[in-house]
Amino acid sequence: MPKVKFEILESTCVPLPLENVDTDQIIPARFLSATSREGFGDNLFRDWRYLKSGEKNSDFVLNNARFSGKVLVTGKNFGSGSSREHAVWAIYDYGFRAVVSSFFADIFKNNSLNNGLLPIVIPEGLLNKLHNLIQGDPSVKVRINLEEQLFTILPTEDSVRFEINAYKKECLLKGLDDIDFLLSMKDQINDYETNKIMVK
Amino acid sequence: MEAKTLFDKIWDGHVVRSIEDGPDVLYIDRHYIHEVTSPQAFNGLKQRGIQVLRPGKTIATADHNIPTKDQHLTIQDESSRNQVEKLSENCKIHGIEYFGLNHSKNGIVHVIGPELGYTQPGMTIVCGDSHTSTHGAFGTIAFGIGTSEVEMVLATQCILQPKPKKMKITISGKLNKGVTSKDIIMYIICEISTAGGTGYFVEYAGSAITSLSMEARMTICNMSIEMGARGGLIAPDEITFDYLRKLPAIPGVKDFDKALSEWKKLKSDDGAVFDKELAFDAAKIKPMITYGTNPGMGMAVDAAIPLSDIAGADASASFLKSLNYMGFKPGIKLLGHPVDYVFIGSCTNGRIEDFRAFAQLIKGRKKADSVTALIVPGSKLVEELMKKEGLISIYEDAGFEVRQPGCSSCLAMNEDKIPVGKYAVSTSNRNFEGRQGPGARTLLASPLTAAAAAVTGKITDPRKLMNN
Repeated sequence: MPKVKFEILESTCVPLPLENVDTDQIIPARFLSATSREGFGDNLFRDWRYLKSGEKNSDFVLNNARFSGKVLVTGKNFGSGSSREHAVWAIYDYGFRAVVSSFFADIFKNNSLNNGLLPIVIPEGLLNKLHNLIQGDPSVKVRINLEEQLFTILPTEDSVRFEINAYKKECLLKGLDDIDFLLSMKDQINDYETNKIMVK
Repeated sequence: MEAKTLFDKIWDGHVVRSIEDGPDVLYIDRHYIHEVTSPQAFNGLKQRGIQVLRPGKTIATADHNIPTKDQHLTIQDESSRNQVEKLSENCKIHGIEYFGLNHSKNGIVHVIGPELGYTQPGMTIVCGDSHTSTHGAFGTIAFGIGTSEVEMVLATQCILQPKPKKMKITISGKLNKGVTSKDIIMYIICEISTAGGTGYFVEYAGSAITSLSMEARMTICNMSIEMGARGGLIAPDEITFDYLRKLPAIPGVKDFDKALSEWKKLKSDDGAVFDKELAFDAAKIKPMITYGTNPGMGMAVDAAIPLSDIAGADASASFLKSLNYMGFKPGIKLLGHPVDYVFIGSCTNGRIEDFRAFAQLIKGRKKADSVTALIVPGSKLVEELMKKEGLISIYEDAGFEVRQPGCSSCLAMNEDKIPVGKYAVSTSNRNFEGRQGPGARTLLASPLTAAAAAVTGKITDPRKLMNN
């Protein structure tokens, strides 16, 4: 099943300068009982976004009209904890197409790449600089060029290369699907089962 | 021949194909599924018009969102009921073995897999749950995956996965009184932080590990993910083989001795190279407790909360936000702090040994009136054993009610929520904000420390309540 291709992205950013943001914060467990992938964006960061009374928490960045954009800029160790892919679905459904941090948790990174959400690792110094820039001027834009693997802060022209493995890069650029790829390897999988399998 | 780690031996033995500058295509021997992270994967198969490739290698249970009371009745919450019904339906359509609600072997996926013999040394095991690392206690490569990957494995019995780096953690020496395997793993996480293991797969070794029972080893491997590691494993040994030998059945294994001769080969070679090696002294470990909102924010139960997360520097905003959520201040001690709830259970500490340890401390004492306790066995078989060993009556005599199995208050998807602002000493694995219910304040600890809190109504050093 073909997927959406990842094009060059130029956007303003939404800053969330907190460390160790776990997937329970991104989407609390009580919203996981859905059986489809859609609609999780409404509950993205639910318990930070809303007060106990149910009203919007005006202190939280998603409720701050100053900030908008397709790029979420976070702190170190983003996406730790539970393997719930619902966290990525929620971020994507809300409208983000890339998350920038100095460090991502492993499962979150895989889940992001599997859903067309680009996790971009930049050095901590540059991340801090970006946070300061956005706080000072929310119209600051960044450019993400996946083909060139380049992340650029437009007004300052700070540019840094980010890592992504060649396979995933091609999948994202061409909108290719992992399962189609694996299904095309049917004979090799059969061959493995016949000859190599350790545990039947 | 090049010396190899146990991790390399199992991983390399399961590679169907390596993609240049990309992930490996890894064959999966056992796939566990549950109601919360599988429905979208089955929807995907339907859209593609394909079946599960090897249904015999997938095992299903309902555990995450089920009630722990009146399980014989219809599930009250509509979306939870719908999810459990969907799982049952999907298992029927695809011919997957399903240990559903009210099945005599139902329970938490990471409790029933090992106790029913589905987890076997040398396997690759995945599940749409980060605590899949639990199964590494048997010398397996076991890790949590997302739902897209669940679909991948259902469709092809393979997963695309970059090979992690390898870390060895050695814990040597003898454990002190009142110190359990939960304290060992909490200590390690506090030493290396919640991101210290990211990018790695860990092998645990050393005399403090090899002296542990299988249940205790599972607790260690279970929390590997809380230091960011994808998984953790322990080389199988006589304790592992004894555990397996005593099981009523090991599915797929007809000749135990033949299997055993293969399992005995599963260890890291002398001189095998790890990307990182750490060593800790078991004698330094005390009963642990967390004070913050991630598992790395912990300390000895009798210690004081540090003044800052970065030694010698000002406390970070994240650190202060976390203490503020917990209602604590830097520098204070937690001993004597009132506790409202106690939870024993989960895939971390929901096995028979955990309930024995808890019973040992509450026997002859009474539950504190101010404490609400959630006592939740990890599986029907654990519940049955508790009855058989007379533990249920010890719990009841002390004023505790034992519930029915499930994940329960660990992630509070069901009704077992801790109310806003209340303090819960929990034997589970995560103290994230709102993990046990919106506004709940979780303090992670061992079953012994939880029991000490349950009978005193406050944070208490369990060693004070133990004889000798």
